[in-house]
Amino acid sequence: MVERRSHLSRRRIRWAWIFLSPMLLVLALVAGWPLLKTIAYGFTDASLINPEAARFIGLDNFAFLVQDPYWWAAVWNTVVFAVASVFLETVLGLIIALALNAQFRGRGGLRAAILIPWAIPTVVSAQMWNWMFNDVFGVINHMLLSVSLIQEPIAWTASPDTALLSIILVDVWKTTPFMALLLLAGLQMLPRECYESARVDGVHPVTVFFRITLPLLKPALMVAIIFRLLDALRVFDLVYVMSGNNRDTMSMSVYARQQLIDFGDLGFGSAAATLVFAIIALFTVVYLTVARVGREN
Amino acid sequence: MTETGAGSKRISKQNSKPGALRKAKKIISRLAFCGLLAIIVLYTVFPFYWAIVSSLKSGSALFEVEFWVSQPHWDNYVSVFREQPFGRNILNSIFVSVSTVMLSLVLALAAAYAIGRVQFRGRLLLMFVILGVSMFPQIAVLSGMFELINALGLYNNLLALSFSYLIFTLPFTVWVLTTFMRELPKELEEAAIVDGANPFTIVTKVFMPLMGPALVTTGLLAFIAAWNEFLFALTFTLSSEMRTVPVAIALTSGASAHELPWGNIMAASVIVTVPLIILVLFFQRRIVSGLTAGAVKG
Repeated sequence: MVERRSHLSRRRIRWAWIFLSPMLLVLALVAGWPLLKTIAYGFTDASLINPEAARFIGLDNFAFLVQDPYWWAAVWNTVVFAVASVFLETVLGLIIALALNAQFRGRGGLRAAILIPWAIPTVVSAQMWNWMFNDVFGVINHMLLSVSLIQEPIAWTASPDTALLSIILVDVWKTTPFMALLLLAGLQMLPRECYESARVDGVHPVTVFFRITLPLLKPALMVAIIFRLLDALRVFDLVYVMSGNNRDTMSMSVYARQQLIDFGDLGFGSAAATLVFAIIALFTVVYLTVARVGREN
Repeated sequence: MTETGAGSKRISKQNSKPGALRKAKKIISRLAFCGLLAIIVLYTVFPFYWAIVSSLKSGSALFEVEFWVSQPHWDNYVSVFREQPFGRNILNSIFVSVSTVMLSLVLALAAAYAIGRVQFRGRLLLMFVILGVSMFPQIAVLSGMFELINALGLYNNLLALSFSYLIFTLPFTVWVLTTFMRELPKELEEAAIVDGANPFTIVTKVFMPLMGPALVTTGLLAFIAAWNEFLFALTFTLSSEMRTVPVAIALTSGASAHELPWGNIMAASVIVTVPLIILVLFFQRRIVSGLTAGAVKG
């Protein structure tokens, strides 16, 4: 009987690998191979037109990359973008989640309404906001002028002072709903007892929020923040559609793609792409380690 | 009479004062809450409303700030199809998204059965690898993918997109379907095994019908991701006939760089977004549960 069972389970495991193999094969083909190839290209002087003629040049691309001020500007833009937009999304998302967690009529309708920005393609939201941010005909300048908050129209997406801010604002608009829904799911899993005893004791709602809700929500909050940060660090479409290859706002991904495709410098562009990958991988590893240490303590 | 009247008045005033205050406070906090809700709705809905309003204005009306169109003009909707192959772009997007989603669902269902229901060594490592791939920045595979697509002779071909999109739809679908697969009762499978069914029959006959709702949710989320993708679509296509919708909308240009046809762009934006919004509102609850299954439980 025991022998039969182990035979059965061995057969089951064999079947499991048969079921897994097509998925693994495809994943290796679309993710593993291209990643290795990109890293390999980073150490060559390959050009887009004739990649076969690539020569191995060691770390030259990386040495040049760390000396390029435009690369560091791109890193800085990406970090500012990621930190600012994720911070604002978390705060706004938390406010919306708390509001949606209350009982009121029309709650379902409101939850549906906040899904709209999430459903709109990034490129579409970028264009919609480009139009709203238009310096001459844009509705935002019009509204701000009519309430005298500004004296003259602002070239939101063109001026170096406000271009990155505009991009951050659009990202906040687009991704706050995702944050709010994740946090709402977290809120709805919190135990009711804590709140009831707090209410009986007459604890002030603000104290309840900081003493009960926030600590209990922390795991869900951390997961949501990390997901969004990883997403924001690789941002491409929003930045590209709102201000193209503009140096003032260029993100790391935009920089790498410009080198790769527009300048046809396959080797150098791949080195930049490899560095983007390394930065994001390092960030993930550090986070996972911190989270594991935190859990063990 | 007057005295008692004044006295009773004073008493009632003393009694009612805290009550009235509490009532006023309640009303104010209620109003503040309603105000907050109104701001949330305005903030989330207005930009899309403004796109609709702008798309219905023609000629110089577009450049006047008017919050309501009394006489909608459909010129922009006509010209977006006349001036560029937008109909073709929509078909391209549908083809690419549907084919990618179908392929990933088939591959992911099989994989999710193996990961979710069978205990084998290396399962945890496998989950980590899949999660890791879903974190890949697309830019990190761009040059390798470009070369692969050229080698396969798929440059400027929609199949290049169906193929390359698997890098983000596949890990996502595997992950979410695995969490759904784990929740199904063990007895179902045991009964089928006793009946002598092989794993292939178990997946197609026992699990697939039960996974219907999960497949719809996961498929829909993957569809939206594929429909919205921009970087690969921009890089792997060349001619405007091969563009998908996001690329077409991003690269719409007018007579000069400074004269963008905003009316057309807004009309195109509304055309591709309305079906998406209807889908999302229709599947609202499922989408929320799918998103949280993908993130919170992960």
